[in-house]
Amino acid sequence: MNKNAIIEGVAVPLPIANLDTDQIMPKQFLRGIDKAGLAQGLFYDMRFDEQGKPRRDFALNKPEYAQATIILGGKNFGCGSSREHAVWGLQQAGIRAVVASSFAEIFYSNAMNNGLMLASVSEADMQRLFEAASSSASPLQLRIDVENLQVISSTGSAAFTLSDRHRSMFLHGLDMLGASLLHKPEIEAFAKRWYDTYPWLKNVAAVARNRLDRSSNT
Amino acid sequence: MGKTLYQKLVGSHTVAKLDADNVLLFADLHLMNEYTSPQAFAGLEERGLMTLMPGQNVSTVSHIIPTKPQAIRVIADGPSALQASNLKRNCDRHGIPLFDTNDVWQGIEHVIAPEHGMVRPGMVIICGDSHTTTYGALGALGFGIGTTEVEHVLATQTLVYRLAGNMRIRLDGEIPSGTTAKDIILMIISRISAQGARGYVVEYTGSALKGLSTEARFTLCNMTVEAGARGALIAPDDVTTQYILAKCPDIAENPAWLAQAREHWSTLHSDNDAVFDVEHSFDVSAVEPYVTWGTSPDQAIPISGRTPLVGDANVEDQANERARRYTMLAPDSAIDGVKIDHVFIGSCTNGRIEDLRAVIDVVGDRKVADGVRAMVVPGSGAVRAQAEQEGIADKLIAAGFEWRKPGCSMCLAMNDDVLAPGVRCASTTNRNFEGRQGRGAITHLMSPAMAAAAAVTGKITDFRKLLGSHE
Repeated sequence: MNKNAIIEGVAVPLPIANLDTDQIMPKQFLRGIDKAGLAQGLFYDMRFDEQGKPRRDFALNKPEYAQATIILGGKNFGCGSSREHAVWGLQQAGIRAVVASSFAEIFYSNAMNNGLMLASVSEADMQRLFEAASSSASPLQLRIDVENLQVISSTGSAAFTLSDRHRSMFLHGLDMLGASLLHKPEIEAFAKRWYDTYPWLKNVAAVARNRLDRSSNT
Repeated sequence: MGKTLYQKLVGSHTVAKLDADNVLLFADLHLMNEYTSPQAFAGLEERGLMTLMPGQNVSTVSHIIPTKPQAIRVIADGPSALQASNLKRNCDRHGIPLFDTNDVWQGIEHVIAPEHGMVRPGMVIICGDSHTTTYGALGALGFGIGTTEVEHVLATQTLVYRLAGNMRIRLDGEIPSGTTAKDIILMIISRISAQGARGYVVEYTGSALKGLSTEARFTLCNMTVEAGARGALIAPDDVTTQYILAKCPDIAENPAWLAQAREHWSTLHSDNDAVFDVEHSFDVSAVEPYVTWGTSPDQAIPISGRTPLVGDANVEDQANERARRYTMLAPDSAIDGVKIDHVFIGSCTNGRIEDLRAVIDVVGDRKVADGVRAMVVPGSGAVRAQAEQEGIADKLIAAGFEWRKPGCSMCLAMNDDVLAPGVRCASTTNRNFEGRQGRGAITHLMSPAMAAAAAVTGKITDFRKLLGSHE
């Protein structure tokens, strides 16, 4: 079976609506030119107090969630800034999936492009998952079946949807850019037709830059 | 069946249909900044690829740049300086036009692109920044992407694009004097919520649009992403044409192009029988100046309003409770009169020349209140130069404002302009998230006129009262 088809592990509840990517990966961790070292920035202000000590009340700091691989999130999870660093940070910290009733758009694409599974379940199922996570003595174990699009816990299962393209990208680790490069002749033919029709849209950035350079030189 | 403007823009830019939901979408313009592009260029290098159409791409150093008013700008922070030099290296290598740290025309990507004529009706514009929705104001489809997609656009000038739904928001009525586009968009977000337009491209229509300048429309479209929208659009009209012809001499001075362009622009509207999936309608004639009280842009109320009551323990109230704890405002309290420590005027939402003119109208001959630090960061070098030429800069300085160099600055505080914990800021920016302007700092979003009033009174104030006292 495909190694990506099943994601299993401890689910940590973060029932916060509109949890934005500024909070998932604060600005001070965005200063690199590579993807390294983002695990330490994940949820930084929520995880640590002003003195840099771990906040005991933050779920991810609790010992029972130390090995969590799945996050139970609030609605509109990942809203705000387009920073893909939020997805990279989650993955570097060992998170393989987020389950929530809705996800912000750019975050969703970023996650799919990196193989972070986002399972969007109904509000009612989400409430049941939060209740199961808070009512049981031990942390909630979840199993996400990507083949069959189910989030399964001891208390039942919840269906989620995923486009065919995202499902196969995820299961087979497809390379989006590699596939698109096969369209290069079509793209170049399109561009030629397009700029023959609308010549004032061609090289807009270069045209503007040249005009400014000429005006500064005179 | 007719088509929406959104469907026309996507249809005309579709290189290939990939499946029922996805197309390969051609981008006329791709903008980059220093912090969401480095890993994309590195990815290209690993694959041995170059940028396919460099002249349709542009870069600027905007998020990390210091704004201290010194002649030569030096980025003191090592990692940030490396991001800037790395962007220059990448642009040089790929032949991509760059607005570098000390370029006189440098500025925020969403401010410099339209002001230098790079944005034209009918385009598709992509950028690794969520506020790319701004360009809808000129009838161009703009939207934000992540870094993996930046790499994809560089290599192919296209994006694998999932189609969005169509939402129409009608704005009718006469906009009251003193109410701005910022107030209208905060009202809309507060009504439909921070995810109210998630999955949709919003087209704004209605009689109220006529009363909005192009710069005001930028503000409206810029913040539509805060309702979760994937794009915002306004069909080009005479206001748009005038703006474009002033910014694009290559079109204005070429009669053949101009005729063809006008013909093209006249097709850029939703057909009468086009079908929208969702429609909202608002009467703007009673919209007051708006201010956010919480930590999400939808937690906004009119200046005469009060913070929400405590109700049942549903999700909404949990979010409100969390926000109230953070902003230290009691339930059912007035927003008018809340004391502020800092004022920030700038950003891609409200860092344009009309915004600065609005500030001066309110400030008059008043001074920044004692104990308040007030910063004005123009959106670009061109805005800064224009404000100096109009005497705005001198008036701001005389009033006690700091007149700084352009950049994103305290909108996201990725440079050295960061607020200390507990500092309360009246801000013309677009996000009041926890920690956005500095850990523990509290942000109240508002219009430039409202921020100006906060600066001179030291508290959140209905600026219309100040205008009254002039007379």
